[in-house]
Amino acid sequence: MLIGVIAIQGNVAEHVNALERTISERNCHGTITRIKHSGLVPDCDAIVLPGGESTTLARLMWREGIATEIQCAAESGVPVLGTCAGLVLLAVRSDAQREGAEPHLLGAMDIEVKRNAFGRQCDSFEVPLDVAGVGDAFPAVFIRAPAIVQCGRAVSPLARVGEYVVAAQEGNMLALAFHPEITSDMRLHHYFVEMI
Amino acid sequence: MDLNELRHGTELLKRGFAAMQKGGVIMDVTTPAEAGIAEDAGAVAVMALHAVPSEIRRVGGVARMADPEVVSAIIDSVTIPVMAKTRIGHVMEAKILEAIGADMIDESEVLTPADEFHIDKSLFTVPFVCGARNLGEALRRISEGAAMVRTKGEAGTGDVREAVRHIKLILGSIRSLKGKNHEELLKVAREIEAPAELVMETAKLQRLPVVNFAAGGVATPADAALMMYLGADGVFVGSGIFTAENPEKMANAIVEAVNNYEKPEVLAEISKGLGAQMKGIDIGTLDEREVLQTRGW
Repeated sequence: MLIGVIAIQGNVAEHVNALERTISERNCHGTITRIKHSGLVPDCDAIVLPGGESTTLARLMWREGIATEIQCAAESGVPVLGTCAGLVLLAVRSDAQREGAEPHLLGAMDIEVKRNAFGRQCDSFEVPLDVAGVGDAFPAVFIRAPAIVQCGRAVSPLARVGEYVVAAQEGNMLALAFHPEITSDMRLHHYFVEMI
Repeated sequence: MDLNELRHGTELLKRGFAAMQKGGVIMDVTTPAEAGIAEDAGAVAVMALHAVPSEIRRVGGVARMADPEVVSAIIDSVTIPVMAKTRIGHVMEAKILEAIGADMIDESEVLTPADEFHIDKSLFTVPFVCGARNLGEALRRISEGAAMVRTKGEAGTGDVREAVRHIKLILGSIRSLKGKNHEELLKVAREIEAPAELVMETAKLQRLPVVNFAAGGVATPADAALMMYLGADGVFVGSGIFTAENPEKMANAIVEAVNNYEKPEVLAEISKGLGAQMKGIDIGTLDEREVLQTRGW
């Protein structure tokens, strides 16, 4: 089992550590690899799109040629986990950016997202969150987090904060608005590894 | 879900925000148009200023927090995070910047210090970044609540020498903690004037407990790549972009250089035809009173 973590920018080391811990807890064999350039994604059994700055990640993913590879992998059924900025990248649509700016999303999941839905950094928050199919009181950390404002028919919402969906699954794709990789609770990583 | 259970301004949220910037470039900007150029180039955040550090250095006088109108205009113009600088120890400037929605505050030696003490950053909801020249200084700032450390370097010079010295010194000191026992680490803590528990944590992690960026004199794609090669988690670029002949090209090139720092042949392509670079000042020619890195303790 080979899990690729897109390592352009952001919470890469945290996801790698969380996945290594998950794999060792499951007593299964697996390798985690960091991906900065094209050519590696097609060999992976699962892909993780970590949090970071979605604008930065999108630009470099297209420039490096990784974006198209992830689109192909997602289409062929390879499990993809997107957290925070990763959730934005998976979406088909996001709220309007600055005029003239090109968002370049992957469009892999039938969701529409709103960037910084909860406000600026001072509005970032932690909350115990019930996630359907995963468990109750998950320690969810929302950092300048996006939210899902509309889900397509094939998308199952898994958790909500107020009016917003903050976790959703569509077949092989799992999108989270928060950061399971920076807590010690590995339930969501286990859930993802089970999808492989 | 009970919305009363929401917790704001925790250490995890502050350090988590800083960690999200890893592998990225943070650019100094003075107008919404410049912020747009930085965002388009792929900057992870911008630092909103009334003037870039080389200009602050040239003009002289007391350098203060930027006009909140300038910072607000930049906040309204981009979706990436916006940081802003406060004078060392100036709690009120920091509170003003927090009130207008800055995502991170840089308690910066580039501005004229307001106090010999640094701000108690643990009292704020907004996260802080602080400069440091050595491990002791870095850990003192972390103990005051800094969520990110950056090397001081020598801002506004375009001369990378001091940034190189500071990152090597900090990372070398961390390496030298390896293998030391409890009492030896206590001795180090006394020598470098840092809290013992943070020295222990750093020794165990073999890195700073927070994100560690490079700053102060980084002016070209090769400079930025050098800082990543030396072990920085990311890079601040101050005057190097908007004093270059072609800021768009320079901004793009520096972002790509950080992502390709381990590939010299790619760096060569990135570095071609960028036009005139920031002229800069050789640090060796600076008068002692012109040195910014000695501000703070």
